[in-house]
Parts: sequence; C-alpha cells; structure tokens
Amino acid sequence: MSRPKLVVVGNGMAGVRTLEELLKRAPERYAITVFGSEPHPNYNRILLSPVLAGERTLEDIVLNDFAWYQDHAIELRTGCRVDAIDRSRRIIRDATGATMHYDRLLLATGSLPIMLPIPGRELEGVLAYRDIADTQAMLEASSRYRHAVVIGGGLLGLEAACGLTLRGMQVTVVHLAGWLMERQLDETAGTLLRQSLEERGLAFRLAAKTTALEPAQSGRVGAVRLASGEAIAADLVVMAIGIRPNTALAEAAGLPCRQGVVVDDTLQTYDPRIYAVGECANHRGQAYGLVAPLFEQARVCADHLAGLGRLHYRGSVLATKLKVTGIDVFSAGHFQADPGTEEILFSDDETEIYRKLVVREDKLIGACLYGDTDLGPWYQELIRLGVDISALRDVMMFDDPGQTSKAVAAPQSAVPAPAST
Amino acid sequence: MSGEKASPPHEPGTQASLLEASGATPPPGPVHETRSTCCYCGVGCGVIIESTLGDDGRLRISSVRGDPEHPANFGRLCSKGSTLAQTAAPEIARQSRGDVPMIRHQRGSPWVASSWSDAMDFASARFLDILSRFGPDSVALYISGQLLTEDYYLFNKLAKALLGTNNIDTNSRLCMSSAVSGYKKSLGADSVPACYEDLDHAGTVFIVGANPAFAHPVLYQRLRQARQANPSLVVIVVDPRRTDSADEADLFLQILPGSDVWLFHAMLKLMQEEDLTDSGFIAQHTSGFRELHEVIASLELDTALAQCGLDRETVTRAARAFALGPTLSLWCQGLNQSASGTDKNTALINLHLASGQIGKPGAGPLSLTGQPNAMGGREVGGMANLLPAHRELSNPIDRDAIARFWGVPAIPSEPGKTAVEMFEAIEAGTIRAVWIVCTNPAHSLPDQRAIHRALAKAELVILQDAYHDTATAPAADVFFPATSWGEKEGTVTNSDRTISRVRAAQPGYGQSRHDWAIALEFARRLETVLRPGAATLFPYTDAESIWLEHRATTAGRDLDISGLDYAILERDGPQQWPYPRGASHGQKRLYEDHVFATPDGRARFCAPLPRAMADPPDRRYPMTLTSGRLRDQWHGMSRTGTLARAFAHAPRPCIDLCTADAHELGVVAGELVRVTGRRASQLLPAQISAAQRPGQAFVAMHWSDAYVSGRARDGWTHGPNDFFARAIDPVSKQPELKNASIRIMKAELPWQWHAAVLLEPGSALAVQQRLRQYFKEFSYAHCVPFGHERIGLEWRAEDDYAPKEDIQAAIEALLGMGAEVGLLRYADAKRGQRRLVRLEEGRVTGFSLAGEAAAEIWLRQLLESGEEISFPKRRLLAPGANPPGQVAPRSRILCNCAAVEQTRITDRIQSLISALPAAERAPARAATRAPVILECLKSELGCGAQCGSCVPELRRLVREAQHASV
Repeated sequence: MSRPKLVVVGNGMAGVRTLEELLKRAPERYAITVFGSEPHPNYNRILLSPVLAGERTLEDIVLNDFAWYQDHAIELRTGCRVDAIDRSRRIIRDATGATMHYDRLLLATGSLPIMLPIPGRELEGVLAYRDIADTQAMLEASSRYRHAVVIGGGLLGLEAACGLTLRGMQVTVVHLAGWLMERQLDETAGTLLRQSLEERGLAFRLAAKTTALEPAQSGRVGAVRLASGEAIAADLVVMAIGIRPNTALAEAAGLPCRQGVVVDDTLQTYDPRIYAVGECANHRGQAYGLVAPLFEQARVCADHLAGLGRLHYRGSVLATKLKVTGIDVFSAGHFQADPGTEEILFSDDETEIYRKLVVREDKLIGACLYGDTDLGPWYQELIRLGVDISALRDVMMFDDPGQTSKAVAAPQSAVPAPAST
Repeated sequence: MSGEKASPPHEPGTQASLLEASGATPPPGPVHETRSTCCYCGVGCGVIIESTLGDDGRLRISSVRGDPEHPANFGRLCSKGSTLAQTAAPEIARQSRGDVPMIRHQRGSPWVASSWSDAMDFASARFLDILSRFGPDSVALYISGQLLTEDYYLFNKLAKALLGTNNIDTNSRLCMSSAVSGYKKSLGADSVPACYEDLDHAGTVFIVGANPAFAHPVLYQRLRQARQANPSLVVIVVDPRRTDSADEADLFLQILPGSDVWLFHAMLKLMQEEDLTDSGFIAQHTSGFRELHEVIASLELDTALAQCGLDRETVTRAARAFALGPTLSLWCQGLNQSASGTDKNTALINLHLASGQIGKPGAGPLSLTGQPNAMGGREVGGMANLLPAHRELSNPIDRDAIARFWGVPAIPSEPGKTAVEMFEAIEAGTIRAVWIVCTNPAHSLPDQRAIHRALAKAELVILQDAYHDTATAPAADVFFPATSWGEKEGTVTNSDRTISRVRAAQPGYGQSRHDWAIALEFARRLETVLRPGAATLFPYTDAESIWLEHRATTAGRDLDISGLDYAILERDGPQQWPYPRGASHGQKRLYEDHVFATPDGRARFCAPLPRAMADPPDRRYPMTLTSGRLRDQWHGMSRTGTLARAFAHAPRPCIDLCTADAHELGVVAGELVRVTGRRASQLLPAQISAAQRPGQAFVAMHWSDAYVSGRARDGWTHGPNDFFARAIDPVSKQPELKNASIRIMKAELPWQWHAAVLLEPGSALAVQQRLRQYFKEFSYAHCVPFGHERIGLEWRAEDDYAPKEDIQAAIEALLGMGAEVGLLRYADAKRGQRRLVRLEEGRVTGFSLAGEAAAEIWLRQLLESGEEISFPKRRLLAPGANPPGQVAPRSRILCNCAAVEQTRITDRIQSLISALPAAERAPARAATRAPVILECLKSELGCGAQCGSCVPELRRLVREAQHASV
C-alpha cells in the first residue's frame, strides 16, 4: 500500500524543521515532496547577517544539504514555486504547470519584505534583506560602492547596517521611530544601542521619514530624501521596515487569512488537510517573525502530522536577540511599562549594561536587556511559564538560574509543566 | 584667600592690625611657635601652636602639641586637643566658618553677604529701635563660657552700663551655676578651693556625676598617674552609668539618676554612725551642723539606699574612704544640671566640711568646668545675677561700687533673665531682641521646641559666631563672623583658677573679627545715640586694655589679681588666682587657714531635703534618659564635628540601652526605637551598652538636629534636649539637662535608606550642611562624616514609605550619585527599592541602598577597606546581609590618633594571651600581666600611645580577654 503524500510548500526553516520533527516521530508515514523557490537547500536565514558581516560563509549556514533530503527519501524541488492549490481535488500546481496530489499539505511560505511605496523604489541598488540573493547583492554593492542607507532601525535593518559597515561602507540608518528597535527595546536600551553603534561608525536619522529614493546619473539609486528635506547619499538602499506573511497562495485557495494563514492550536488551517507553520501562519491573531516560535510550531505540527495528536501550541513568548558581535541585546515579552505593570531596573553605566524586567501581578511579563544578556533565556522561560516570581523578585536581577536553583527553589521544577505538553 | 578680603584699613579691628598689636607679627623664619590654651574643656591645657608662613605672607596653623610647661597638662593633650590644628585647616574653615557678615532680610530667606559697616548699621538700628520702643529690658545678650575673659567683660559692661539691662546670661548657666551657688552657699564665695595638684596628694578621689575619662581626659590621665605613684589611692566613681571612668574605679556606685542628695546624706549618716566625722573641724570652722544633723537623723538609711539603688556595704565603703582622705572630690554636670543642683553641691560640700576634707593638700571640692572659660565669665560677673569680680547684683553696695567704677549713674537693680528665663521671655514677647554670641541655644537649652518657638518669635536675632552653620544660624537675622581659637588674643581661667593666655597663631578667617572688637564697635554705635556727647565707656585699644580694667575691679576681692599682668603671664606662664599686689605667684589652694569667705569666716552646712527629679518617671514614662558626652566630641560639635576622624569612636547617633531592656523591647543594635517623653518624641538607633542599668537610657548631648532629626508633630526633632524639662534650680537657675522620663518602643519602619560615599577633599562639610535640610522629609534621618584620609559621609533615613522621587534624587545628587554619574543602579519602584553603587577602578567608593538596606554592612566594609572587588560587580547590588564574595571585616576605630581598629587590637590581645604559659594566664596573674599586654599594644600597634584617651577601653579589652581565656 502506498504511503500518503505530504507536500510541503516552502523549503525554509519552518517547513524543514517540521519535517525533521515528523521524521523523528513517524519516519515512514509519508511520501514527502518539498517545493522551494530559492535554488538552495534549507539554510539558516538568521545567519545571513553573520555572512554579510563576513563572520560566516554561505556554506556554513546550510542546515540540511541535498544529501539530507536524499537520505530521507524526500523529493526536493528547488527553484520551483507553487502557484495554486485545488483543495477539492487535493492537488497543487507548480510554476511549470505540473500538478501533484497531496493527502496533507504543509504551507511554510514564510514572509515577504515590506517595500515602501515611494518614488524610486524600483531603482537599481534598492534591496530588501530577506534571502541569500539579497545578501549576495549587498556584498557585491559593498565591494563597489561607498554609501549605503538602511531604512528601518529594527533588528534586521541594524544587522544589515552593521554588516555593511564591516564591509567598509558608510552606512546611515533612517528610522521612523524615536529610538532603535522600538518594538523590542525601551528608550533607554534603544539609546544605549544607538550610542554603541555610533561608536562603530554608523550614522542615524531617528524619527525620520523617507519620502523618495533619487537616482544618480548612472540610473542607479543615488540618494535618500527625507521628509525634513535632507538628502543622504546612497549607492545602496536596503529596506528593512518589516515583513508581511506570504499568504497569496493560501488566499487564492480560499483559506481564511488574516495577517497570515489562520491556524488553530494544532497548526491546522480551516482545511483539515492543510497545515501552516512559520511566518506565513497566524495563530491566535499573532504572526511570528522570529525563529523560536517557528520551532515550537514545527514540533506541534509534526506531532499532528504524525497522527499522534498530543501537543498543542498556545503561542510563544517573543524574544529577540540582535546578532551584532559585541552588542548584546535581548528582549522578551511585554517590556513597555503601562498602568498595572511594575518595572525593575538595573544599570551599570560604566560597562553600559542595562536591564529592565516588567512585572504584572507578581508574574514576569517582559524583559529588556542590553549589554549582558546571559540571563535572557531564563527570563524568557519565566515569562513563558507565567510563574509567581515574588520569591525571586529581589534576586532575579542578579542571579542566573543555576544559582537561583541553589539559592531559591529551582524555577524549572518549581513550576507546572510547560504549557505546550 | 582671606588676604584679599581683609577689611579696609580705616575700619577698627582688622585682623592684620590686631595681630600685629598683639605681638604675633609674622616672624622671619618659616615656622613660628605660639603658646596658647586649648579651647575645649575646663582643664585648660596649654598648647604650642606651630604656624608656617604661607605664600600669601600670612601665618597658617600647621600643628599643635601639648605645652610641657603648662601646669594643667605638662605636655599632654587628649584626642580632641591633639586635633586642634586639623580643625583650623583652610579647607575646614572654607566650609564651616563665617567669613563675611551676613544679613537675612526675611526669616527663611537665604543670607545676603554684607559689609561690616552695613551689618552693624542694620543690627544697631533695629536694636536701638526696639530699645526706644520697649525699654532696656526688651533686649538681651546670650553669651558663652567659651568667650575669653576680655570678651566677657566687655559684653557685661555693654549690657549693664550702656544698655541698662541685666539681661545678659551665658551658656555657663547650663554648666556651672549650681557649682557657683553651692560654693557661695557653703563657703561664702565662688572660689574653687582645691587644685589639680591635689590629685597627687589625695588618698581618696571621689568622682561624682562626671566622666573625666571622656570629658576631662588630660586630668583623668593625671589621676591615672597619681594612682600609679600611690597604689593605695582609692578612686570612687558615682554615676548612673558604668562609664570608662567608673569602669576603672576602685569602687563604683551606680546610683539611680537624681538621688545624689540621698547618697550624700546617707554617707554623712554612715560617717556619723561610725564616728568618722571631724567634730573638731565642725566645731571650729563651720556653722549650721545642728540643722543638718536633724535632717540626717530623720532620714531612714534604708530609704536613702533604696532611692539610690545602692547597698549599704558599698555606700559604707565610700563613706569610710571619703572620711579617711585626704579626699578630693571632682564633679561636673551630673550634679550641676539639675533642678536641685545647688542642693547636690552643698550636700557634697557638707561631706568635705563634716570630715574636714578641705583646705589641705589632697583635699577639697574641685568642680570640673565643662567650658574653657566658665570661670572667667564668673570672674567678670558676666551673668544675669552677677557683677564684676564676684560681686552680687542683688547687693546695693556692689551695684554702687561698679556704677562708680564704670562712671555711670547706676546699675539697674532688677536681676536679669537667666538663660532659660530669657528664652521664656522671648517667647512671651517681653524680650524682643537677642544677641547670641559664641553659643548655640537651638541645640543646648532644654525643651528645644520652646526654644525654637522663641527664636521664631524674636523680632531681632543677632548671631555672632565663628561658625556659620550652627543649629541656631537659621533663626538669625544678622550674622557677625567672629575669630576663633588660634586667632584670638586674651585670657581664660580653667577649673583650678589658673589664668592662661590665649594667643593668635594665624590671622582671623576671612573678615572675621574678635568678639570684643565686634562688641566694641556695636557699643560705640549705640553710645552715639544713648550717650550723645559723653565720653566713651569703652576706651579700649586691645584685649590687654580690657583685661587691665577687669583687673582693677578685682582689687581687694577674693579673686584679687592686682599683682598680675600680661607681662607676668608672658614671663612666668599661667598663674592661679588670687594673685594680689606684691605676690610672686598665685595661690594653689584656698582656705588652708580654714577661714572661709563668709562674714563669720565659718563654712556653712546646708541642710537640703532630697527632692525628686523634675521630670520623674511614672507608669507612662517608666524609663530615665540621661545625657552626657562622647570621648572625641565637644559640646555642639561646631568645631570637633568638622573632623571626620572625631566620629570614628562613636560613628553615629544612638541611644544606649542595657542588654536586658533591649531584649525586652526585641531590639538589636542599630534598629530604631521610638523615644517618647513628656515634651517630645524622636526615633533613634539603639545601641546595646554594658554601661547602662536596666530602666536607664543614654543619649550623647552632641547629637543635635544638625546631625540627626526627623519629622515631628510641629516640625522636626531637635535631639536629646527636646526631652529635658525647662525646670530650673531655684537658686542657681540651672536647668535639669541630665534627666528626663521616657518610654521606649521598638520602631519598625519598612523603608530604609543607608548610603555612604567618599567625597572630594574639602567638600564633605558643605554637602552635610545641605543634606540637613532633608532630615525632616523622613521619620528618621542622620548624616555624619567618616574616614581618616579620604573623607566620606554616611546618610541614613527610615520611614514608612519611600520619599518623593525628586527628593530622593536630590539627596543622591548631593551624595555624588546623581543621574549624570557613572554608577551601578538597581530600582524596583513598586517595592521602594533603589540601590546605587559607585565604583572607581574596581573599588567601591559610594553606595546608596534604599528600601531594603541589609547589604549596608558588607558594602560599607568594602568601601572603607578600599579593596578591589573579587566577584561580578552586578552582585554589588544584590540585596541581603551576606556579601556575594570575600569581604574583609572592618570594625570601629578605637584609637583615633593611630587609627587602630578594635578587631586588630582584640586579635593582638588574643595572640599575646595565648602565647603565655598556662600558669601566667591564671586569674591571679591577670592584674600583673595586663600592664605588660597594654605596653605591647602601645608599642606594636601604636594604640593608646599618644593622647591616651582610649587607654581605659584598651584596659577593658585586655581584662575581658583575660577573663575569657581562663
């Protein structure tokens, strides 16, 4: 009897991680085909920044090479987009027009970078920062040009800016908000981050709106025009203002989408045969753009694809880590104070360490760390578990979990089992 | 800096000219030596001041040592006197001294610097206005036993001859007036019969209500020397507290506060029972014994003993030793500061008279004066009830004599208001202007809340002081900056009638002027209005010219110094009075002929009935609060408080309780207790002290609201003198500053703030002054300096809740830990937690722990040791009393001269004792070994080898260690 067919649309970290989890649980259950639009096997997108910075090579960041697919009898179709799903017939059609039947379909189409709808966005030298191709274009530009502007002072934009600076470019970051990484950091940490990056040679325009990209005589982009009227020289413009879930395929197939393909706690879409994981999915109103939630989703989704049906995904605590060597930034949860929350602050002006913990009703709900992020994962765990921290409150700023487990009660054992089991 | 600020030459009393006039012209050599007198207690030690010529051509005091030829100290100095030069240092002066006159146009507004001429105009015009509207008795002068005799004389004449009021009194009223009235009642004159040398001849030294080990250390060392020379000398100490003096006594009578008359009467009764009285002396040289005998006979011995809290055996031993003699008694505020102080004095003198212990070597009553020139003030009659040269204001013949001498029609007969009465009259509005000179009534008078009300009520408060930051300063309208020790010229008289010269070794600070010169200038302005056209009453050109007029008043009096002059003092050194014309030296001892200063020549027995304390304990206020001195501080600390090292021995305010009381209250050392009396309530940290009897608490008198305070019902707390009643002795008018009844409860305040920070050199005092204004924002707050080389400040506050954010931030900024400074910071606003640590090169140089402050213990150790931290520095902010890594323990500095910590001393004692063979550790050998161990400590660690003030404590530590090792 032939095995049921599992088709995976998207050869990125979420899709392949789900396969890995599935193979652990039910290695023989499906005949698997993976479609990927890039020509590469699954690589670690998060490590594109170290590649840009010259700290890693492209080879270094491959997670599953072609042999892995072969070894697991997975059919991999690289450079091949899936154009349509026919849910009633349970077939997909790829860019070549070929069709394939599925018993289960896993959507892992990821996200698309948001491009500002401003004049000049089509000029040569204007890029997003999403994949290996973008990275290669940036590397090439850095070897030929001097001035770069990164629009967007978020996580990705700053990593791009740092990478380009290390590659010898003079980089200005244009950011709409009043401080950097405003969705991950509070103003204090954002300011410390800016000061630290300025020391590395980056320039910043904060609270600055880009109105147009202006061409040079060559026709390539030449300058970025701000609402203030200022023009900043730019041979390369990287837009890193955000991403949106890539749901075109699902929407065309009539699957309910709201900022992502809507999934339940088993990562199932409204069509019981179709699952969605990763940046393209929207779980309980939240689409995640970070890697940790994807892995959690992958585990739950694989559990259900394997027919075990034990795990539930109840959402993730968002944690961010900026991957710029020598600058440790970490934030997790709800880190902005508002009525009903309490802040615990720590800072060391000399070494520029700053930490803020946000507490509500004796539970840690957020952490924002700058300079020394060792305790970040522990805080993230405390946030995720939602345990009462009153006994830890006075010491949690200073002690790492190991020491706390000795000094106080071990947080891992003192709390209920993780919510996703 | 003061060179540029010197007054214009036409103004009288500029420093340069005064210095030259008095012979202290800058010498040719770089180092100049000046003989002078210490400005602290009444022992009156001679000092040799070294000053060096600065680049500005002005002399600057560089060091001080004891004058080996001075009869009061023969070269010794105590921990206070030996640091005099440091208190005169320029960086101290810059922060604490008044350098220019100042005017405050409205109470509560800041000072405005002024010229001398404008300040004098302002003050004299308002003074004259009040005089013209309300008459002479609407003004008052409140002056000081720290003034020189010449200053004192001039102020007295100004009040009584020019202003026409006797409203001049001094802080000596708080100090010696009961001794004065006791001497006068019993012996006929205010003359101290005995002298320091009597210590060398005494068989019994009876110390009562005094702790000379702390308050008169050099005299105490002389006593120690006398004991060494005469092992049979018996030292008896009577005190409610086991002080250092008591601890070393042969016999210690730990009496209940206020029971002194009971004790003296009981001793007399026991002397009579054992037939130890000198009936011959009584019959030939005294009167009034019959009346006294009736009182004594009617007194139940058991009742008296119960009142004293003593057993018969101890009191009998004391009575026998007293009667055996020769007996020298030494006493101070324990007898004097009482609403029955005169009775206590006469009852003590009764013992001398009954046993014939007076007028012979080694015997007599010798009252110790607390101030350097309390005696001089008495001599010139600078009090509300006195006239010059021990004359009585109440005596019309004396008034007439002085009026003629001064060339005025009359001296007003109405007695002036004494210190406590004066401030009552100010509060009542009958006295409207007060000129306060060289004293700090907003600290030192009893019932401080009333004093503060009075100062607020006064129309005009003139403050004349060397220091601009005393507790009284905020209430003043005009400030006259005065010269201070090391800058002044004149004379003082110590406890044993020795007149010593005070000499200038450097010019006055800033534009400060001599006290007499300020009074002179003021008097001359008043004269132009009050005595237009008449010759001046004040024809003085220098201190000596005033002294010569004073001398003239003494001719034929008990204190006749007609034969003495500045030249003799210069040539022969200090001299005791009397020193009549023709004498070649002063008189050591009085009444050696047993002829007393009474009309019939007989000393008088007084027969006081014991009286209860003015503020007796009851069920509501069951405990007794007593006050006294610290070893290394003096009075209101305006001078000693400028030296951080002076705080090492007693680092912060506290109330002493015995172990049992602390246990019952559930208090451990350092925790706050609420002290509540009939007039006031104040929070203070508890200190467990073996010196206290159960039911007895003690607060050092120094801790005014300049150092410790907190919110109170009507403002803020003012320190121990808030608690004491305004009750005064009916004769001496001295207030009862020694006893008050209180109750104590544990105070658990949830929010605490401990900070300590090392400050830039020359800034701690100025910061401390600014921090004081925040005391009243908290239930409890104190701020004290610490450190030897690098000076820091300790700040502590406690409350029910955290203060407003801006107040906390302002205090942090003053402590050098403001928002702009690089620090380690921790904040949990919800819990009121805010912790800051300042590091410099890996060493803690400051911390501020608000909220939970248990880590203060080890952070303070890190800060004071200056060691590099050996653990992740973020843990410096972790809470709790346990340090996150290795921290070397620190302890109190016991020897201030050599800066030796107590733990180093106890460790060394321990090793010395354990090195001894077992036989040598036996209890029988302890007394023999102890001096050897003490000598080892002196030579090896340097402690106790200089001023000797810590020797009693060293001996106690040795004794305790010996006891423990058996």
